[in-house]
Amino acid sequence: MRGSFVSEAVPGYIDALQERSKRMALREITLDDIESLAVGAWVLGTGGGGSPYLGLLNMRQLYAEGYRVELMAVDDLLDDDWVAAVSNMGAPLVGQERLTDSRTIARAVDLMERHTGYRFRGIMALEIGGGNAIQPLMAAAHLKRPVIDADMMGRAYPEAQMTSVAVGDLVPYPLTTVDVRGLESVVDKVPTWKWMERVSRKICVEYGSIASTCKAPRSGAEVKKWAIHGTTTKSIAIGHAVREAQHRHEDPIAAILSVEPGKVLYRGKVVDVERRATEGFLRGRTRFDGMDDWRGAAMELAFQNEWIVAWLDGKPIAMSPDLICVLDSVSGEAVGTETIRYGQRVTVIALPPPPVFLTPKGLQHVGPRAFAYDIDFKSVFSA
Amino acid sequence: MRRIGVDVGGTNTDAVLIEEGKVVRVVKAPTSEDVTTGILESLAKLGETGVLKEASGALKRIDGVMIGTTHFINAVVQRRHLTKVAALRLGLPASASLPPFCDWPEDLAALVRGGVWMVEGGHEYDGRPFMPLDEAEVTRAAREMQAAGLKSVGISSIFSPLDPSHERRAAELIAAEIPDASITCSSDLGRIGLLERENAGLLNAALADLARETIAAFERAIRDSGIAAPLFITQNDGTVAEASQARRLPVYSFASGATNSMRGAAYLSGLQDAMVIDVGGTTTDVGQLKHGFPREANSVVKVGGVRTLFRMPDLLSIGLGGGSHVSLDPLKVGPVSVGYRLLRDGIAFGGKQLTTTDIAIASGVLELGDRAKVAHLGAVTCQRVFDESARLAEEAVDSMKTEAGDVTLIAVGGGAFLVPEKMTGVSRVVHVEHGDCANAVGAAIAQVSGECDQIFRDLTRVDAIAAAQAIANDRAVAAGAARATLTTIESEDMPLAYMPGNSVRVRVRVVGDVAESWC
Repeated sequence: MRGSFVSEAVPGYIDALQERSKRMALREITLDDIESLAVGAWVLGTGGGGSPYLGLLNMRQLYAEGYRVELMAVDDLLDDDWVAAVSNMGAPLVGQERLTDSRTIARAVDLMERHTGYRFRGIMALEIGGGNAIQPLMAAAHLKRPVIDADMMGRAYPEAQMTSVAVGDLVPYPLTTVDVRGLESVVDKVPTWKWMERVSRKICVEYGSIASTCKAPRSGAEVKKWAIHGTTTKSIAIGHAVREAQHRHEDPIAAILSVEPGKVLYRGKVVDVERRATEGFLRGRTRFDGMDDWRGAAMELAFQNEWIVAWLDGKPIAMSPDLICVLDSVSGEAVGTETIRYGQRVTVIALPPPPVFLTPKGLQHVGPRAFAYDIDFKSVFSA
Repeated sequence: MRRIGVDVGGTNTDAVLIEEGKVVRVVKAPTSEDVTTGILESLAKLGETGVLKEASGALKRIDGVMIGTTHFINAVVQRRHLTKVAALRLGLPASASLPPFCDWPEDLAALVRGGVWMVEGGHEYDGRPFMPLDEAEVTRAAREMQAAGLKSVGISSIFSPLDPSHERRAAELIAAEIPDASITCSSDLGRIGLLERENAGLLNAALADLARETIAAFERAIRDSGIAAPLFITQNDGTVAEASQARRLPVYSFASGATNSMRGAAYLSGLQDAMVIDVGGTTTDVGQLKHGFPREANSVVKVGGVRTLFRMPDLLSIGLGGGSHVSLDPLKVGPVSVGYRLLRDGIAFGGKQLTTTDIAIASGVLELGDRAKVAHLGAVTCQRVFDESARLAEEAVDSMKTEAGDVTLIAVGGGAFLVPEKMTGVSRVVHVEHGDCANAVGAAIAQVSGECDQIFRDLTRVDAIAAAQAIANDRAVAAGAARATLTTIESEDMPLAYMPGNSVRVRVRVVGDVAESWC
């Protein structure tokens, strides 16, 4: 139901609001949480999603100026609340020159509110993996709304139809894209998520291959049913574990596995990286030589922006939607597909995927065949 | 070709004379706190040996004095001798929430930040202007800088490595208002990544006064030694810049010491592709030579807490050296070291601290100090210490390998005696004559480089690389290289996701010998 734009019109709203304010505790996100979020989101980026560093810098600036952000659990949304889903779109390289400005993403949300007439209850991430994990925080700081503790990927993925809401066949439109110079566009209607991907990509390229976007608004009910819950908290927890372990000179990978039910797949050294850009994606393969328990065993990882399939001695052992994370064996920090290089010592781990992607429909969207690998999905975690 | 190489190390300042490809003489002087005195002394010592004179007594023609110095990096790390800088960024309305200095350590920012100005300008990834340059605002900023008494200016602009025209124009406008300004354009420091490139430019601008004074002092030191030769300063990447360019871009000389020792190792061994282990008094550096140059770190390098993208060698440093503390029960070697106090604190020298050098003296590997003082150390004990040192070295070499298989290892530095002839994962260990002065040798033989790091569109991969190579060649020649001697030592291409029209980012680096006209 996309027509009604004032939630106040719904009978019982005020009562519900009062009820909610009694039980709901918005949690303030501390700057230390954000430092952890940046580290954890890079891990959940599974090789892509762009570095969260500049987003983190923006948040440090905002917190220094007195801005604060609060986190709201999905369960505290009312069914007819509206939630904005935001992300930055574009080439990470352009982002290194045209630095993320915290106000731009807030303008994308503002444009969406002007376009739809909704007032958003909170702001969530489209993609918790990589730099996009910080985008909702920047918007939230400027717009004085809470961040909703959820996203639509549980990681990073390269395309718009690779989301839980696309799996749920929720409407893909409208979408707003803004640029720091004041350019504003609305994609009002498209038939499918794939079309949304194609059209918004074109706009993004014209803007200079970088744009701040607010995706199709989601109702509280939709977020409860289809979003991937708790991923901001999860990202903070992973980052916190890594940072604590670094601080204490302990094994950061063991620390991640103590907060997430993941599995170590491999430990080794990068011996070859092959990259090519096709259809606007960074595709390629990385080969590793085993170390420790994996001495003599070869691993190969295929990527399309993110790590997609892992083969051990020619046999596929992990694949999307399982999260494949390549981590620096010493620091525990994630290694991206754009920057991985010869000689790096890494540990490859798998983290369990959101259940929504394990359904037949989910696998159509993000299983190995969605990336053109003719492999039947088998989870690392099903054995 | 006759050159003098000088390396200012933590303990010694070494000078070496190289003639027609041969090391003629090596001398050492203690490093002085002001650095310059140590250089003067080392040059004087070299003169005293008579190698700088012809048989007739006339002074020989010297083609160049190449100095590797830690002056500039020390200034940043120790927060001394820094100039207040006006930062001008072209790129509004983008990037405004992350102004210049935004990720600097506060103590350093407080010393360097003279003021920040941001105006409209900059380019897109494909060379389109992002916004037209707001010239009136640049002039207004220049007047404010002038009023604030700022003379050192760092200019940055979005995508300036692709199109430096806005930075150049802004520099002209500022020079028109502040004729004696020292201006650093970030595009002169290459590399995509606005914040890191801008940081490098601001550090460079902060070193403007120090660079002017230091280079002048070096030139005076050479003149006072009676040597008539141009001064070159060695850079992070194993090449040199002639004095005027080094004065303009002092940040390029930040990490030349380690690079020089690797280059020197290549030269002294005649090997172009090998691993190098440089064992000093306190630390051991391990790096990899490719085509005679160190492989560079590909990532962000922090200098004094500031993120930069400098061309720096990819090195692994471990706490093992000739001055490393040794304890026997339980067995431990390093990472603590007596450092430059070795000749006072080592047991063979009458001190109380057992060091790796004492072990080497006891086992007859080194002839130094008083062997009687370490006679109580038996052969078994010595072997245990050597084995432990070898284990640490093996581990470091293994971590720096980029491919499986055994490698050739060149051992240099004053502590090279800790590197055994046989090591796991190493096919051959090469010890070279003058290996303890490899860094001064590396300085003496340094070449000139040029680099291009740019995005190309609608070109085949081959054409894009060729275009980048042409730009890099021109830059090397502008920096003083002889065109006929240029060779490409690095070529890296990266296709770009999300960009249309086969965009590819190409980085090419070329080197050549110093052109005759400079000598």
